[in-house]
This record gives sequence, C-alpha cells and structure tokens, in this order.
Amino acid sequence: MSNELIEFVLVSVALLGIGIYGLAVKRNAIRMLFAVEIIVNAANLNLVAFARFMPHSGGQTLALFSIAIAAAEVAVGLALIIVAYRMYKNIDIADFRSLKG
Amino acid sequence: MADALFLAISVLTIGSAIAALEMRSLVYGSIALMGTLGGVAGFYVMLDSPFVAMFQLAVYVGSIAVLILFTVMLVKRELIFKKIEDPKRKFAGIGLMLIVILALGAVIMDSGIKTISTDSDPVDFREIGGDFLTYYWPALILMALILAGSVMGALVLARREDTIENEQ
Repeated sequence: MSNELIEFVLVSVALLGIGIYGLAVKRNAIRMLFAVEIIVNAANLNLVAFARFMPHSGGQTLALFSIAIAAAEVAVGLALIIVAYRMYKNIDIADFRSLKG
Repeated sequence: MADALFLAISVLTIGSAIAALEMRSLVYGSIALMGTLGGVAGFYVMLDSPFVAMFQLAVYVGSIAVLILFTVMLVKRELIFKKIEDPKRKFAGIGLMLIVILALGAVIMDSGIKTISTDSDPVDFREIGGDFLTYYWPALILMALILAGSVMGALVLARREDTIENEQ
C-alpha cells in the first residue's frame, strides 16, 4: 500500500468543503442535490479509507448501506423537486418559501 | 508520498466536483458529477475495496446520475442554462469553504493519523458478504423495505393528477 491514510482523508475534507460551499451559495434545487451527493461521497470515502487501514470489514459494510440509502434519498428528493417545479414552474428554492399547495 | 495515479484521480474528483457546481448548464453539471462519483470509485479501487467500487459504479454512476439527467431534461430550457445563486452569498460561501477546509485540515494534520500506514492484507470481499448475511441481516431487510418504500413514495409524489382526471 503506497498511499497513506492522511491523503485520502484530505481529499475527503476538500470534497466536504466544496459541498458546503454549494449548499450555502446555490439556490438551484438540483444543484443543491449535487452538493448533498458530494458530501455523502466524502463521508463514504472516509469510511472505506479508515476500514482499509484498520483493517476491518465493518467500514465497507457501512459504506454499502450508506450508498443504498443515498439512492433512496435521491429518488425521493428528485420527486419532490419535480412536484415543486410543477407547482411553481421554477427550481429556485427562494420561490419555495411559502410551502402551500 | 502520493503516487501519480492518486494525484490524477484526486484532481479529477475535486475538479469535476467544482465543475458540477459551477458549470452554467445543468446537463454538463450532472455529467461532471458523474466524473466525481467515478473518481471516488477509483479511490475505492486504490483502497483495495473492489466490491464497494463496483457498488458505487452501479448505483451512483449508473443509476443516480441517469436519474438526475432525466430530471434535468424535465425542466424548462431557460432554467437549465440560468445560474440561480445569491451573488451576495458567493464570497461568504467561498470563505466558509476555506474555513472548513483549513480548520479541518489543520486538525487532521495535527492529529496522530498523519503517520498511519499499513502493510496488512486487505479485507476479503467474501467476508463482507458473510457479514451481510449473518450479523447484519435485520439491517439488510430493513434497507430493502426502505428502498421499496422510497421508490413507491417517489412514484406517488411525481404522479400527475390532472392526466388521471382527464382520462376519467
């Protein structure tokens, strides 16, 4: 194993920072979902990296569960965006402020 | 020290993560997001976890990215190419990103994990399969139920009521 744990953890920190930037600045609902995906991937990368250096199988198992749950989250999130788009004809979250039907 | 392959994959991952958020077109943005997810799969291969890498490619690059692409196609053309963001918040967001990266990076560099490296053999993927079917079986069943429930919930949410009324 030529790479060290700290390198993977630093890449993960960079991805987390980019995701937080996206969540703070963007108002486009789909782009905010991109940012959430990037943050989830940073967390999964951390799990697998620490599991490799322990070494223990638990981290990989947890990462697999996390990937599956993230798939469910994206499906529901995109359905919510489609419903909101149909209602407001826009994907700007500033327009979603009044959540009345 | 990091080798060339690691550096290449990290440049691909971080660069396409920035591109996914900053590209003007949402279609290109979602393709750049595919690059990020594929780069993370490459990291999993480097970490000797081919099972997780395969799962990442199948679930993230294969299905989630395609689902996002189809949703982008359902949105009006002008909205795809319009940049919707707060200009006032832009610099605050960049500052927040730098603070998070520098603070967490400083804490990590200062901690003991800087020197951790391993020569031990990687975990066999057969062990993961065994874990799934023995120790984690209730969680596996719960996850299947959650997936089925969330897919049904997504279908119910995205259903168009006006077309159903027209048919009747």
